[in-house]
Amino acid sequence: MEFRQTTLNNGLEIVAEVNPNAHSLALAFFVKTGARDETPEIAGVSHFLEHMVFKGTPRRSAEDVNRQLDEMGSQANAFTSEEQTVYYAVVLPEQQQNVVDLLADIMRPSLRVEDFETEKQVILEEIMKYDDQPPFGGHEKCMAAFFGDHPLGNSVLGTIDTVKALTAAQMMEYFKGRYSPHNIALVASGNVDWDALVKQAEECCGNWERFETSRDLSVGPAHQEFKVITKENATQQYLIQLAAAPAAADEDRYAARLLSVILGDDCGSRLYWDLVDPGLSEFASTDSYEFQGTGIYMNYICCGPDQAEQNLAKLAEIVAELEKDGVTQKELDQSKNKVCSHVVLRSESPASRLFSVGSSWIQRGSYRSVADGVKAYRNVDLKEIHAVLEKYPISKCATLAIGPLDQLKSPY
Amino acid sequence: MSSKIRSHVLSNGLTLVAEQMPWLQSAAFSVLLPAGSSYDPQNKRGLGNLLCDMVQRGCGDRDSRQYVEDLDNLGVARGSGITNAHTSFGGAVLADNLFPTLSIFADVVRNPHLPEAQFEEGQMVCYQELRALEDDLGQQTMIGLRRQMYPDPYGRAALGNMESVAALTPQDAQQHFEKLYQPSGTILSVAGNIDWDQLLEQVESLFGDWKAGQVPQVELGEKLSIYEHTQFDSQQTHLGIGFPGVPYSHPDYFRQRGAIGVMSDGMASRLFSEVREKRGLCYTVYASCHTLLDQGSVLCYSGTSADRAQETLDVMIEQLQLLAEGIHEPELKRLKTRIKSALVMQQESSSSRASSIAADWYYLNRVRTLDEVNDIIDGLSCEGINEYLKENPPSNFRVTTTGSKKLEMPVGISADNA
Repeated sequence: MEFRQTTLNNGLEIVAEVNPNAHSLALAFFVKTGARDETPEIAGVSHFLEHMVFKGTPRRSAEDVNRQLDEMGSQANAFTSEEQTVYYAVVLPEQQQNVVDLLADIMRPSLRVEDFETEKQVILEEIMKYDDQPPFGGHEKCMAAFFGDHPLGNSVLGTIDTVKALTAAQMMEYFKGRYSPHNIALVASGNVDWDALVKQAEECCGNWERFETSRDLSVGPAHQEFKVITKENATQQYLIQLAAAPAAADEDRYAARLLSVILGDDCGSRLYWDLVDPGLSEFASTDSYEFQGTGIYMNYICCGPDQAEQNLAKLAEIVAELEKDGVTQKELDQSKNKVCSHVVLRSESPASRLFSVGSSWIQRGSYRSVADGVKAYRNVDLKEIHAVLEKYPISKCATLAIGPLDQLKSPY
Repeated sequence: MSSKIRSHVLSNGLTLVAEQMPWLQSAAFSVLLPAGSSYDPQNKRGLGNLLCDMVQRGCGDRDSRQYVEDLDNLGVARGSGITNAHTSFGGAVLADNLFPTLSIFADVVRNPHLPEAQFEEGQMVCYQELRALEDDLGQQTMIGLRRQMYPDPYGRAALGNMESVAALTPQDAQQHFEKLYQPSGTILSVAGNIDWDQLLEQVESLFGDWKAGQVPQVELGEKLSIYEHTQFDSQQTHLGIGFPGVPYSHPDYFRQRGAIGVMSDGMASRLFSEVREKRGLCYTVYASCHTLLDQGSVLCYSGTSADRAQETLDVMIEQLQLLAEGIHEPELKRLKTRIKSALVMQQESSSSRASSIAADWYYLNRVRTLDEVNDIIDGLSCEGINEYLKENPPSNFRVTTTGSKKLEMPVGISADNA
């Protein structure tokens, strides 16, 4: 595997992890924009825009876009998060030219008003779908509680009201403020013809006009709120906790990820043995996520409402013990074996590498190979784990409970 | 596509089937035991699912902690579960760690401790699953639809219910294990960077002296009625539509698969275009071919806000009926390209090949190579598919809804005795 990188004159970055032995090729435009770049009036616009990008360009109708993606035999989709909007397709190598042509074209969408109104209905359905589905918007509500007014607390989907009120003109203005070529990276992995990729990107994207963009990277205070939201017709109670963790560019992130595996991997972790194995909760996990400037740990429990108080107290106890006594060498070794193996297993698919390479590039402006990633995990020692525990206490968290309960005793 | 598939049936009836993928670092496996939820006794629903949890609470010389630690240290990405036909265990691992991993799973299926002291905990895990399912309206809807399409026990949900699980005893689990966990009809598939001769030797050593038993007969029961509605105060109405089809083993399967692919595979497929893109009625809509050993059906789903659910149902039925008039050349051409490129990409995943070859062996008693599937896809024609559709137009629909409003079934779309 070979890493290649270049930048066009207008600032568009192109990166690729080239593997000539791969059967497929994965390609994406990573746009550095998402919910954290929205103001309250336009909440949900990044995600709505992601849908509208597939609705056609001066050269292609919406039907053309969908049909041509199918004609290439591609697996194509897009997603929006707090700080990224990603458009991707996985194809066979012989489709490289076609897929670059199409994805590059739709990055300059027409945003036609009639398509806007129809697609708004789809977005509203998507919001309702997540409202019906566990944990009933709990993740976003907990992000809002934890981050307060900080833009990382913004909802990715927006609300029914904000989406209904959005206009095509507002979306166009947002597009013009965010989709500057220097705010976008073209990322490829797998069986990529690098020279052809750069040449075609020059032709298709070289004339995109550059303009200034900015992102608020200030880090606000974390809020240790405790919130209960009642949803009467839910059966299970869902408990979500957020605490501060290392940021995307922080080398401590490897230790934090191992720590989250030791505390809350879906099998063999401390939460697993104390809460899942005995059947006290259906699900109990800890994950860590990184953003620019900050990161979060997320604890997530699904259990019967009558078990919620006891489980929450148990979770607080497990975290307190972890912060007091740290982890054992045996736990650390086991977590490394597990994580390193999974990193290598996942790397067999170019599609999976695409997201690692792309996120790393737009969050940090750097590349790390699979072997170097494995090495970074292997090098974490107990001292680092304990330093991270001290620097980012998981006990300083916001808690949100959603389910049939109308009150819940806080263990804090 | 130069992969090599080998198989061998051990004298006790266990089949080993393997595909060599020397370009990968990984190896994946799948164990299908003929111990699915269909074999749960009438008054002991959920027993197979509970047993699947219990056998992983210690096996061989490992207690339950050592079992998990060993698998984690080997770096096994793993899962287990139960369908109507099978209890299954599977995983992927770096190829060097395959043998120690298979050794552990040999103990899971042959020498589990089934610790009585943990039986209540196992039951509590099952209660959690049952309650979590209550909150998953989409999945509940599709389980309801399966019970309309297939007679009990084939449509049955594997989890049982609170009462049936509460009535289970450690002795039930022990007896169920002794009766059902046995090699005859068991399929072990392996795909990835492996050496066949060495693998065969290892599998003989792990499973060769496992004593064969018998797969019990199942007794067939009833199907649910034509329209089932569950009242629930949700934002969206979850809508399932089904109609009879052919199973995977049927000579017409790929003609059906082609027709349903035109309906649902890809962004230009008919349901996605007509229901979502043109009318904005939903976020999710699909149709898929579902198969049992000797019966098949087509299952469709959409989730849509309550006041537009009737229109969504009407448009979906209209589109399904329109399918009988035939598909068009460009639609088939796109579908072929999509399927063929997905076949090439399967070669990047040992897990997906391990699952595929195990399923092939179960349904066909042999494995179709990727080349063979590729040839079948190449051989599909509009005429062939349209002929199939003319003889087997989508009809005799079954509908399930979960939501705040019952819907009107369009007239004449179902026959009572389908």
